[in-house]
Amino acid sequence: MHVVVCVKMVPDTTQVSINPETNTLVRDGVPFITNPYDTNAVEEGIRFKDKYGAYVTVISMGPPSATAVLRKGLAIGADEGILLSDRVFGGADTLATSMVLAAAIVKIDKTRPVDIILCGKQTIDGDTAQVGPGIAQRMNISQLTLVNEVLSVDEVKKSIKVKRKLENYEEIVESVLPTMITVEREINTPRYPTVPGRFVAEDSVIQIWGNDVLKLNVQEIGLNGSPTKVSKIFAPVRDKGEIVMGEGEQQPKAITAIFDKLVEKSFLELK
Amino acid sequence: MTGIERIIFATIFIAAILFFLKNVFRLFAILCLGKWENRFDHLWLRLGNLIKYGFGQKRVVAKPFGINHFFIFWSFMTLTIVYVEFLIGGMFPKFNLRFLGDIPYGIILSVADVMSLVAIVAILIAVTRRTFFRKKSISANFEAYFIPSLIAILMVAYFVSNSCEASLGNLEFIKWQPVTASLAAYWNGTDPHTIHLISRSAWWIHAVVLLFFLNYLPYSKHLHILASLPNCFFKSDTLVSTVPLKQLKKGEDLGISKVVQFTWKDILDFMACTECGRCQDVCPVSQTGKVLNPKGIIHECKLNIFKNGDVIRASRPKDMLASAPLNAKMQIPLVNGSELSVDKEALWGCTTCGACMEACPVFIEHAPKIVQMRQHLVMEKSDFPHELITFFEASEQRFNPWGIAPTDRIKWAMDLKVPLLSDVKQAEYLFFTGCAGSFDSRARRSTNAFARILNQSGISWASLGNEEKCCGDSQRKLGNEYVFNKLAVDNIATFKKYGVKKIITQCPHCFNTLKNDYKQYGIELEVIHHTQLINTLIAEGKIKVKQSDDNKTVFHDSCYIGRYNRILDEPRDILKACNGHSPLEMAKNKTNSFCCGAGGGRMWMDELPGKRIYHERTLQALDTKASTIAVSCPYCMTMFEDGLKEEKNPGQVKVRDIAELVADTMIV
Repeated sequence: MHVVVCVKMVPDTTQVSINPETNTLVRDGVPFITNPYDTNAVEEGIRFKDKYGAYVTVISMGPPSATAVLRKGLAIGADEGILLSDRVFGGADTLATSMVLAAAIVKIDKTRPVDIILCGKQTIDGDTAQVGPGIAQRMNISQLTLVNEVLSVDEVKKSIKVKRKLENYEEIVESVLPTMITVEREINTPRYPTVPGRFVAEDSVIQIWGNDVLKLNVQEIGLNGSPTKVSKIFAPVRDKGEIVMGEGEQQPKAITAIFDKLVEKSFLELK
Repeated sequence: MTGIERIIFATIFIAAILFFLKNVFRLFAILCLGKWENRFDHLWLRLGNLIKYGFGQKRVVAKPFGINHFFIFWSFMTLTIVYVEFLIGGMFPKFNLRFLGDIPYGIILSVADVMSLVAIVAILIAVTRRTFFRKKSISANFEAYFIPSLIAILMVAYFVSNSCEASLGNLEFIKWQPVTASLAAYWNGTDPHTIHLISRSAWWIHAVVLLFFLNYLPYSKHLHILASLPNCFFKSDTLVSTVPLKQLKKGEDLGISKVVQFTWKDILDFMACTECGRCQDVCPVSQTGKVLNPKGIIHECKLNIFKNGDVIRASRPKDMLASAPLNAKMQIPLVNGSELSVDKEALWGCTTCGACMEACPVFIEHAPKIVQMRQHLVMEKSDFPHELITFFEASEQRFNPWGIAPTDRIKWAMDLKVPLLSDVKQAEYLFFTGCAGSFDSRARRSTNAFARILNQSGISWASLGNEEKCCGDSQRKLGNEYVFNKLAVDNIATFKKYGVKKIITQCPHCFNTLKNDYKQYGIELEVIHHTQLINTLIAEGKIKVKQSDDNKTVFHDSCYIGRYNRILDEPRDILKACNGHSPLEMAKNKTNSFCCGAGGGRMWMDELPGKRIYHERTLQALDTKASTIAVSCPYCMTMFEDGLKEEKNPGQVKVRDIAELVADTMIV
């Protein structure tokens, strides 16, 4: 069995703010992390390895520094890491991104046939949840999105049964392999890397594939291949409520203030 | 004594001595299996410790029954001299120590005479105690009675034999032996031949029991007779026994998973344990009914090294004194798997409060062993209580246990004027806020209070703001040396960047880590706890407080400030300055303080089955009828507040950091 896990390096969004004047992301000193959903995808990949002896390849598209997120996958047991990095891949939207990832997986498939492609449900920076399905579409294979449990794999019949988490219900679906799966966070708890695992990851050679390897039409990738353009980023203005507090001597004052407000908003009526 | 008797005795004697030497050699070879550790420095200091704690039994007599042990110990010390004479005399009847001079010899005999009686009394007290007034931590097994019985038989046989000889007029020095002399009268009127027979029988009983005792020692908990004196000599020369810094390299052991990975001193610790149970009596984890028992861990390790050690020794008979090979296979696992293994749950229970090490009469160092066993579980196996994964990841990714964005660290300052080192470049003191003081909303209030004190005092201080990272205390105590190392290296680089020399901390965990752990990286910092600084500021008149009349404040010593670093008077002096009264004291205070339950990384873990440690300590505080619980640690604060919530105490009793109490009464 061969599992390919797609991961993305994202800014730690809890630490990102928006500059209100320029409406751009303030990324100074903000660390990059593995997209949290992708950590679950990698963990699920390693579980296929534990259970079925699968070979696990982690791939990512991003700048050279994105090798860090691949090494995190290697540290917990992935066998191989491939970084898709080229200036012409830059500025890609979800369409162009899935184009490059799909091409890479097709290439990987030629040397070692791929059975399962795992992706996180979505990223925390874009939140589109489109790249996984995009890959499946381009590769013309089935897609199992929003999976929160893998129920069984039949290695002989080459099929998989999973549980999908939908808004008000769950559904159990079966698919033939190869297939593309996007995972929910509750599918598992990612394991914590051991220190020897980290050593292995640090020593591993990560292959870097540029467009000289993938040979894609430059009009279909990167900024050129992206129909989506960001015109403006802004933080929605939200009216903050007011917190009325008072301890000890201040307490009666605070209580009066709250009642006044309730009366003012006509939630209460004083007789 | 007939010639045949002498030959028989000589044979038994030589066999017994050879067997004893063989046993001692075995023990030494087992010590050698451990890793090397230098404990041969400061020899004069060590000699002093040997005299004070070994021969002087200082920690033994700290508890009432220890005085009993003191007498048994010293009766054995003195009796050893006459026993040597006795054993040699068994083969060479003309041999005695009279060549030392009549008076010294007389003194030796009289001391032996009196001490034998003392030993009998002490043994009776010991047996009575373990039969009728037994503490839970002392086991009343076969051994607990067997050894005292042997000692009693030795003494009784000594008196029977000597008094018989005295009544036969064979003892020249009888006027030096008051007890024997008074017993001799008992034999008046008995047939001299019978007396002689009784005397010989008693002599043989004494001889055989003595030689048996010598050889039984290495197989029993009375091994401590051989190991505890050296253990006092080789005790840690620092107050805080910090875990050794690990080389995080490929091929190096990451923590301890096999008993032979301990050092020889650790193994000596195992041998020195007498199972007296004092560690168990003071351990907050044991006392709240959890699995951990410090005595049990040491005992299991001892059995483990004996079992595994013998197997290794048998596998390489020619290489007896070498350390264990790195790839040595262990027959018995160190953690979980047999009765001779340490329970994993016990390892995770430890709060590293150090009460066990403070109580141990022979200076066994429990906590570093526990931490090193955790290291293996965390770093090699990723095997730890599941709730720690978020803690470890937050520490690694966001540099604080809360997982809050590092860019929010300085938000504790709110609208207060806080000088940042990045702006002012230089300041006499760095105030290392710590993660709790920066991120925990309750602790932030005491951070604020302390910053106001700093501003009022006019001293030159600054904060690192968002450049500060977690000190790494909990991570290290939980065995995650990898993350600790990253945090320590980063913080030290920041200290060096600004040339920081003096650091104030409000958190005892930061205090101890910066002071004692970072030292291992070759950086010597003058670390000051905020209670020390505030006390000095008050004494020097740099801040003035309006004294109230409050004698309802109790002070809780945090382990890392009190027991670990002996800052005991400063917080009390501050409270006296503010309240006009010394604080109330709980029964367990100062170096005997009872942990709040949050140390050793337990702050980030779910409580284990059993009573809650923080609740137990809160009850102890409430017993003093205090209306305020004063603390000097943000973790202790959280624990007491939780404890009070459980007691359904709607704001009657308050938990306040000392800095808050001072800031409240400070004259601005």
